[in-house]
Amino acid sequence: MARLQETTPAAGLGAVEIGGWRLAEAAPVPMALVMPLKGQGAAVSEAMEQALGTGFPQPGRTARNGETWAIWAGREQALVLGAVPALDGAAVTDQSDAWAMFDLSGPNVDRVLARICPVDLRPRVFPEGATARTLLGHMSASITRIAPETLRILVFRSMARTAHHELARAMEQAAF
Amino acid sequence: MRIAGKGPGDPARKVRFTFDGRVVEGIEGDTVASALLANGVRLMGRSFKYHRPRGVVTAGSDEPNALVTVGRGAAQVPNVRATVQEISEGLEVRSQNRWPSLAWDAMEVNDVAWPFLSAGFYYKTFMGRPGLWEKLFEPLIRRAAGLGALSGEAARDDSSRAFAFCDLLVIGAGPAGLMAALTAGRAGADVMLLDEQVRPGGRLLDEDCAVGGLPGADWVAQAVAELDALPNVRRMARTTVTGAYDGGTYGALQRGAPGARVPETFWRIVARRALLSAGALERSIAFRDNDRPGIMVAGAVRSFLHRYGVVPGRSVALFCNNDDAHRTARDLAAAGVRIAAVIDTRLGIATDADWPVLAGAEVIGTSGRLGLEEVTVRQGDRIRHVRTDVLAVSGGWNPAVHLTCHMNARPVWDESIAAFVPPKGAVPGLSVAGAAAGVFSTRDALTGGAEGAAAALGEIGIDAALPEIPEAEDAPYVIAPHWLVPGKGRAWLDLQNDVTVKDVRLAAQENLRSVEHMKRYTTQGMATDQGKGSNVNALAVLADATGRGIPETGTTTFRPPYTPVSIAAMGAGAQGAGFAPQRFTTSDAQSRRMGAPMVEAGLWYRPSYFPKAGEATWREACDREATMVRTTVGVCDVSTLGKIDLQGPDAGAFLDFVYTNTFSTLKEGRVRYGLMLREDGHVMDDGTTARLGPRHFVMTTTTAAAGAVMKHLDFVQQVLRPELDVRFCSVTEQWAQFAVAGPRSRQLVNRLLETPVDNDSFPYMACGAVTVAGVAGRLFRISFSGEHAYEVAVPARYGESLFRLLVAEAEALEGGAYGMEALNVLRLEKGHITHAEIHGRTTAFDIGMDRMIAPAKDCIGKTMAARPGLLGEAREQMVGLRPVRRDGRFTAGAFLFAEDAPADSDHQQGYLTSVGHSPALGHALALGFLRNGRARMGERLRMVDHLRGVETLCVVSDPVAFDPEGGRLRG
Amino acid sequence: MRLRCPLCGERDIREFSYTGAAVLAHRPAPDSGEAAWDDYVHLRENPAGETRDLWYHVSGCGAWLVVTRDTVSHAVHTVELAAQ
Repeated sequence: MARLQETTPAAGLGAVEIGGWRLAEAAPVPMALVMPLKGQGAAVSEAMEQALGTGFPQPGRTARNGETWAIWAGREQALVLGAVPALDGAAVTDQSDAWAMFDLSGPNVDRVLARICPVDLRPRVFPEGATARTLLGHMSASITRIAPETLRILVFRSMARTAHHELARAMEQAAF
Repeated sequence: MRIAGKGPGDPARKVRFTFDGRVVEGIEGDTVASALLANGVRLMGRSFKYHRPRGVVTAGSDEPNALVTVGRGAAQVPNVRATVQEISEGLEVRSQNRWPSLAWDAMEVNDVAWPFLSAGFYYKTFMGRPGLWEKLFEPLIRRAAGLGALSGEAARDDSSRAFAFCDLLVIGAGPAGLMAALTAGRAGADVMLLDEQVRPGGRLLDEDCAVGGLPGADWVAQAVAELDALPNVRRMARTTVTGAYDGGTYGALQRGAPGARVPETFWRIVARRALLSAGALERSIAFRDNDRPGIMVAGAVRSFLHRYGVVPGRSVALFCNNDDAHRTARDLAAAGVRIAAVIDTRLGIATDADWPVLAGAEVIGTSGRLGLEEVTVRQGDRIRHVRTDVLAVSGGWNPAVHLTCHMNARPVWDESIAAFVPPKGAVPGLSVAGAAAGVFSTRDALTGGAEGAAAALGEIGIDAALPEIPEAEDAPYVIAPHWLVPGKGRAWLDLQNDVTVKDVRLAAQENLRSVEHMKRYTTQGMATDQGKGSNVNALAVLADATGRGIPETGTTTFRPPYTPVSIAAMGAGAQGAGFAPQRFTTSDAQSRRMGAPMVEAGLWYRPSYFPKAGEATWREACDREATMVRTTVGVCDVSTLGKIDLQGPDAGAFLDFVYTNTFSTLKEGRVRYGLMLREDGHVMDDGTTARLGPRHFVMTTTTAAAGAVMKHLDFVQQVLRPELDVRFCSVTEQWAQFAVAGPRSRQLVNRLLETPVDNDSFPYMACGAVTVAGVAGRLFRISFSGEHAYEVAVPARYGESLFRLLVAEAEALEGGAYGMEALNVLRLEKGHITHAEIHGRTTAFDIGMDRMIAPAKDCIGKTMAARPGLLGEAREQMVGLRPVRRDGRFTAGAFLFAEDAPADSDHQQGYLTSVGHSPALGHALALGFLRNGRARMGERLRMVDHLRGVETLCVVSDPVAFDPEGGRLRG
Repeated sequence: MRLRCPLCGERDIREFSYTGAAVLAHRPAPDSGEAAWDDYVHLRENPAGETRDLWYHVSGCGAWLVVTRDTVSHAVHTVELAAQ
C-alpha cells in the first residue's frame, strides 16, 4: 500500500529576507492544546512539570524546558510545543497539524509586526518569554518572543499563505 | 524671485517639474508653491464657485486656494496643496477647476452672475416642471462644480498601516516640541516626535530669530542631532497627527519622500501621554476683493522668505492689526524688497520707518484681474492707491487647538489674544504648549514645551529634569481685533468654498443664527481646509450680525481628520485578495491542478466541479459527478466544516443543553445528527456529533457558522453554565477530512483501512479511530449525499497525499472527485438542509424537525420555540417542489402563488431557497417554504421570479425526492 | 477604543466582539412565563450613562467579559471576566 506523504503548512512558501530581517517556517514539532478541567489547574500544572519539565504558564507568559515550550494560548489554555502529553485532569487535543508556525527574526523585529499587529511588542513591554493571543492582520494568531530578536508567529494552518504574504509585505514596508 | 543666501537646500541641486505642461525649475526641497513663486507664477487655481483667479495664500497645510492635481493614471491625486507637495524630477502638476486653461477659464461667467449665486441659492432656484432637475439642472451643476478629479483607474495598493506605542507623543517639532522631546528623551522615556513638515523646526525656520545665541535654524539642527542619536526617541517627519481618539489613541498620516516605495503610512499610536505643540495658524482680514493672487497672510510671506528663499513679488505692502506682523516689512526690506506701504488698523503705532506707514487705515479694495496690481487704502477721509504685487495680511493668530476638541469639547475664547485656546483636560492625557496654547513668544514656547513634557512624564511615574531654557525673544503679543472692513462689494471669508461676508450676513438674515446652521447654509468651513483660515472671522461676522459676542456664538464641532487622509492609506493592504484572509484546504493545489474552478465559501476556497475533456458547461460536469456518486463512488473534501473537540465529565450534559436532542445517551462509537437553536427559538446551525469516548465528543458545524457556534459555546460555558465541567476547542485545522460516497464507497475505504469494515462492525452512523493508509485517523459513517458514505479524517499533514490517493482509488472504481455543485444537487435530492433553509428566520417546526426537541430536558431556545406564533398552519413550512413540465426551470428566491392568483406581495404564499437539476430524476428540483406546506402535498402552484422573468408551474412534494426510505444509506 | 482584558491587558477594540447588555447572563428558568422570556430575549434598557455589556475577546483569549462603561462620556469603568 502506498505510504502517505507529509506536507508542512507553509510548504512552497520560501524564506524571505528583507531589511536585515528573516522570515521562515519553523520546523514542525508535535503540538497539543492543554485545557485543565474544573479545579484541576494546580494538578495539571504539576503533571506537566512531571511529564514535560514545564508547569502551566501564567497568562501572557511561557514556560520552557530546553526545546519544550508551554505557551499560554487563551483563557485557561496552553499550547505545548514539543510533545503531545497524556495528562489526567485536562482536556488534551493534538494540534500538531493545526498551526502554521513562522519565525521572524532580526534587529527591532517588532517594527515589522507593528505593521499588522495591534499589540505593543516593544522589548521593554514584551520581553523574551512573553506571549500574546491577538490579531495578525485579520487572522487570529499567537505571538511569542522566543529569543531576544525572534518572534514566533502561529496562525491557522489554512491561512499560512495569507500570513506569509502579509509578513513579507510588512517587512518590505518596515524596511522603507 | 529667489533671494541669495536663503533656500530649502543646495541651490545647485535643481529639480525640473511641469505645471500645466510648462517646465518649471526649482531647488530640491522646494514645494510646488515655492518653486512657482520663485519663477514668478502667481496664478495657481480658480475658485470653486465663481472661478475667480487665485494664488497661494499660506505656506502650509491650511492652504485654501492653491490646490493642484499631481500625477496621472493610477498615481493621480487631486486637491493636493501646492504648499505641501514637494517637487521631484519629472513630477506632473496640473491646476484644477478651469477650462480650457488657468488664464482663460470659460466658467468665469459665474463671477459675473454672482448676485444670483450667493449662499443657499440652490434652495431657491432650479425649480419647475418635474424632470427638469434630473435632466437639465443636475447634470449641468455636476459638470460645473467640484475641484480636482480622480483618474478613474484603480489605485495601486502600496500604502501601509502601522501601530506604535510610546510614553510621550510630541505633536509638532517647533520650539515647544523640540524642547519637550529633549526633556523627555534625556529622561529615558519612549518618545515619538511627529512633525507635519519635511524639515523640523516649525516657526524657527520661518522667522529671522535667534535661540541660545544661535540662528534659529542652527539651534534646530543641534537639537535634532541630539534627538536622532537617542535610541528611545523616534522622530517622524512629514507626519501629521490627524485625530485624537479614546484611550490615548492618535491617528497620524506619514507621507513618504518623493519617489518613496511606500507613499503613505497611516499610524495608530497609543501614547500614555501626549503634548500638542502644533503652533498657530494665521488669519486674514476680510475686505473687498481680498482674494486676488498675490494677497497672502503675512507669516506665509516670511515662511517663503526664510525657509524657501523666495519672495512672491518685487514690492510688498502689509495690512495688519498686530505688532508681530511688522516683522514682515523689516525682514523683506533686509532682503532688498521694496516695501510699498504698511497699513495698520490701529492708531497710535510707531510710524517712523524707511517706508510709508499708515496708522488707523484699512484696505478697501484691490485691482488686478490675474494678479494683484494695486490696493486702495482709506485713512480717515483720505483715499489713496498703492501699487504693489503682494499684499501681506495679518488679522492675528489662531492657536491650532483642533486635536484638543476632537472628543466633543469646544475651545475657550481668550479676549487677551483675541483667539480661541484649548479647553483644559478635554482629551485625557493630552496637554498643550507653545503657540497652540495661545502662548506666542519663542521663549515661552521653549519653556512651555520643557515644562509640559516634565509634567506629563511625572504623571506616569517618570522623573524628568527640566533643562536650561535657551535665550530667545519674549515680546508680548499686541493686537486689536479687526475682523472685516465695512463697505460695498464682496469680502471673502472662506476662500476655498467662495463664501463671503455677505453670505454669512444672509444666513443671519434668514434666521439661520446658530453657527452650525450658518456653516451648512453657507458652506463656510466645509472645504478641504475645514475653515482653518476662515472659521474665526466668520463666526465674528455672525456674532456681530446676531448681536452676540464671540464666546456666545461659539464654534462648530471639530472632527478628525485634521488634514485629508486618503482611503488608500486607511485601507492599506486591504485591496483585492488583501481584503480578508484566504483559507485553503490541503486538497486545494491538487484540485486546481485538476482544473477545478474554485468558489468562495466564506474565507475558504472549494472546488466547484472537476471538468473533464469534452464538457462544455458546468452543468455537464455537475450532472456527471452527481450521477457518479449515485452509481459508483465520489470523493469530496469536507475539511472546511467546523470541528469542535469537547472533553470532560459534563460534556454530554453540555451538548444536551446546546442541542435540541439528547447526546448524553449517545453510545461510544456512534454519531448523531443535532439541531442547535438560538434563544429566540429559531435554528442557528445543524451538524453531526460523534462520541469517541466516555467523556469525549467531536461536534461538526456548517462551514459558514463555525465561528458563530464557537462564540455561542463559549458564551454558554462561561456565562450560562459555568458549573459544567467541560472544555472544548476547535480542531477544524487539525484534521483533513474527505467524504467518500457511493455504492462502492465501502469497497474503496476497505482498500485503505488496516482493518477492513463491514455493516456489522461499522453500521450507518458508526465512528471510530482507524489506521488508514498507514496513519492514525478517524472514520465516520455519515452521509450528506444520501448514499452509502464515509468521512475519512487524517492529520492535515497527510491531507494532500490522502486526497490524491482517494481520487486515484475512486477512479480505479470508475468514480472520481466531485465538487460543490454536485454536492449541492445530491443533498437537494435528499431534502437535506443548508443555511439556505436555516437562514435565521426558520424554526425547527418550519423545517419539520420539531420532534427533535427532546421534551424531557431544557435547551437553548426551547421555551421561545414553543411560542404559538412559531407553530401551526400559518407558518411557512419546508416543502419540496417539482416542475409540472419536465423542462420547467426553478430559481432560488422566487415566490410561490396559487395558480390563478396575481403574482404580487399580497398573494405570495412562500418562496424557494435551493434549486438544482436532478440527473437521477431528470428534472429540476427545489426546496422552499410554503404556508402550511406539509398539508398541501400534491397541490399545484405557480413559481414566479419577477427579477429574472421566470414563471414555472410546480407541484408541492416531499422534500426527500430521491430514495425516500433511505435504503441506500444502510447495509 | 481600548479595553483592558483581565487576562491579556489593554487591547484595541478590533479584538473584541460586542454582544449586548449583561442581562443576557441571567437566563430565566424555562417556566418563568412569557413576560420574563420576552424581556430576556427582546427588551433592553437604553441608558444615557452607565451600562453593563457583554463582550467576547474573540481575537484574543476567548474570554467573555462584562464591561461597565458610560455611553455618554465613553469612559470604560471596569472590565471583568464574565465567568466569575
